Amino acid sequence: MATVPKVDVGSDYKEKYGFFVPEDYIFKAKRGLNPEIVKEISWMKKEPEWMLKFRLRSLEIFRKKPMPTWGADLSVIDFENIFYYLKASDKQSTSWEDLPPDIKKTYDRLGVPEAERKFLAGVSAQYESEVVYHSLHEELSKKGVIFTDTDSALRDHPELFKEYFGTVIPPADNKFSALNSAVWSGGSFIYVPKGVRVEIPLQAYFRINAENMGQFERTLIICDEGSFVHYIEGCTAPIYTTDSLHSAVVEIIVKKNARCRYTTIQNWSTNVFNLVTKRALAYADATMEWVDGNLGSQITMKYPSVYLMEPGAKGDVLSVAFAGKGQHQDAGGKMIHVAPNTTSTITSKSISKNGGRTSYRGHIKMYPDAKNSKSFVKCDALLLDDESRSDTYPYNDVDAENVTLGHEATVSKVSDEQLFYLMSRGITRNEAETMIVNGFIEPFTKELPLEYAVELNRLIQLEMEGSVG
Amino acid sequence: MADFEIRDLRASVEGKEILKGVTLAINKGEVHAVMGPNGSGKSTLSHTLMGHPGYTVDGGEVIFKGKNVLTLQPDERARLGMFLAFQYPVVVPGISMTNFLRTALNAKRGYDGKDKSKQISPKEFRSMLKDELEVLHMDDSFLPRYINDGFSGGEKKRAEILQMAMLKPEIAILDETDSGLDIDSIKFVADAVNRMRGPELGVLIITHYTRILEFIKPDFVHVLVDGRFVMSGGREVADRLEKTGYSEWGEPDEPKEVA
Repeated sequence: MATVPKVDVGSDYKEKYGFFVPEDYIFKAKRGLNPEIVKEISWMKKEPEWMLKFRLRSLEIFRKKPMPTWGADLSVIDFENIFYYLKASDKQSTSWEDLPPDIKKTYDRLGVPEAERKFLAGVSAQYESEVVYHSLHEELSKKGVIFTDTDSALRDHPELFKEYFGTVIPPADNKFSALNSAVWSGGSFIYVPKGVRVEIPLQAYFRINAENMGQFERTLIICDEGSFVHYIEGCTAPIYTTDSLHSAVVEIIVKKNARCRYTTIQNWSTNVFNLVTKRALAYADATMEWVDGNLGSQITMKYPSVYLMEPGAKGDVLSVAFAGKGQHQDAGGKMIHVAPNTTSTITSKSISKNGGRTSYRGHIKMYPDAKNSKSFVKCDALLLDDESRSDTYPYNDVDAENVTLGHEATVSKVSDEQLFYLMSRGITRNEAETMIVNGFIEPFTKELPLEYAVELNRLIQLEMEGSVG
Repeated sequence: MADFEIRDLRASVEGKEILKGVTLAINKGEVHAVMGPNGSGKSTLSHTLMGHPGYTVDGGEVIFKGKNVLTLQPDERARLGMFLAFQYPVVVPGISMTNFLRTALNAKRGYDGKDKSKQISPKEFRSMLKDELEVLHMDDSFLPRYINDGFSGGEKKRAEILQMAMLKPEIAILDETDSGLDIDSIKFVADAVNRMRGPELGVLIITHYTRILEFIKPDFVHVLVDGRFVMSGGREVADRLEKTGYSEWGEPDEPKEVA
């Protein structure tokens, strides 16, 4: 063995001498999308070969797939002008002074703590409520629960990871799942062992950092037989980002007799295209519940879905969308009944204001084997003025016998009678309108943990005052 | 000058003239009843006084605390001290009665979401609510329910009276509060109003039927026919209507509720 240290310009050079030393750090974030960028991402993360191949294959698929044209207008997205991977340190590019005033004002009004608002605004890369998180983490570990970020999971739990990753939403599912598969970074990974019930909701919030709230996060949740978990992502405070594309993939497997609830409250700044694929597989007598709140963003396209794979499986989607000026919320749900005696419900509530547009888009599919299955869809739209718009696009596809399929849709306006009644008690017009809107989404709010419910009502109040951009 | 003066009030609905010059002076401490057959303009009067956007004021003024309330929004009128007990209380889903009462009370106290010193404390609110419920002999079972949602006719009217008791108006307009109620409910509402009667409250009861006036004895009774008062006087006017109905003004309508 040579005694004189020699620089080996081999495969591990960068790893040894570059990666962990920031000043020597040679990776510079670049805009655009090509195999080189994808290779660099994978290399930076020191991923196994199979993941690199998966990413490159996904990139090919992404390139071949045409842009979807059936929904919101996505033609303005310029894929070559986006950063696909930024190290956390690179993300601290926004300065507090550059933040749009309306976002600052909202933080003020919501009373978001200083450290947290800096994180949300992209000024600081980390916000960790360490004490809470670590004590929680210890308790969970004892029960065998894994709750970590997706990158760490790939490193620390490779077999479990490989068994499930990409099995619910393959890269070829749609253009944006292919994109995510090529450049994913961060997200949460949860494994709940057989029979374990996690009684406190797991919140990404506990371990919130720029990595797991990135533009292309990837979340994977596995609920083993008879287990239960409630996962909450996001927060009501607006998340400011200069990058205009958020394209996440969330995959969930709910095994026999297990139950999973996935709650999202997201309030992206209004420059963001929020294009997310969320899907769960529910096995025998399992229950999957999506509780999905979409505020903010310029365009959101999101249709959480449940594949009801075995008899007795149950799927629920409860969603709320709020569209203000210049916003289009295209949201809904999909229920794919594969097995007999499966049930599903989709409840969609949307609010449009100042020319905002909301669309409900849903798909109920009943395969020939899905006999004796039931599905019920209810969508209610509330229009706050004459310029705003709401549409419903329900697609039903029934190939099974003896099934029940119900659909109910209402479009209403804030009625003069309700306003007059509340105002006759001394309540101002603005507050009365806010009450009516909060009352309208109450079926959603009551499913949230209290602090989220309170924040959401407060946020609606700000939206109604027109003080939120 | 009276505490609340309606002067030559004229109003229309969808271009149709309904009130053709109504003048009425109400002092705090007094109970006035306005009686009239269907279509005489009773509900136009109550809605116009409170400022419903579907009613157009064509002339006249309503002076209360030195202001012409016709120029004010409904919420401003309420904060000034007016209250309307609705004939048909409106359903607002998703908002509990408790939340509604608290919000209304805070609005009345001038709390606009900023100056917390004006906000009623949870403790104060609970104790006030408890007191009023006791005085009204009401239970609190409907408080967690949504505003008027699924309420029976009697429950709705009780809820209106509770709001009145909490908000403590100086001028209260009871719009056909007796219609559609069974005798027990009418007695209940009447008892509650009688308990609130006093030198700080002027009441305007608008009704088709004389029955509620057996329980709430008015100081003055005014008969409204075709948008004008055709007769005013003391309680004897109600007694006369009880016997002859509105027929002397060419109205076939009977003031007694059809059993």
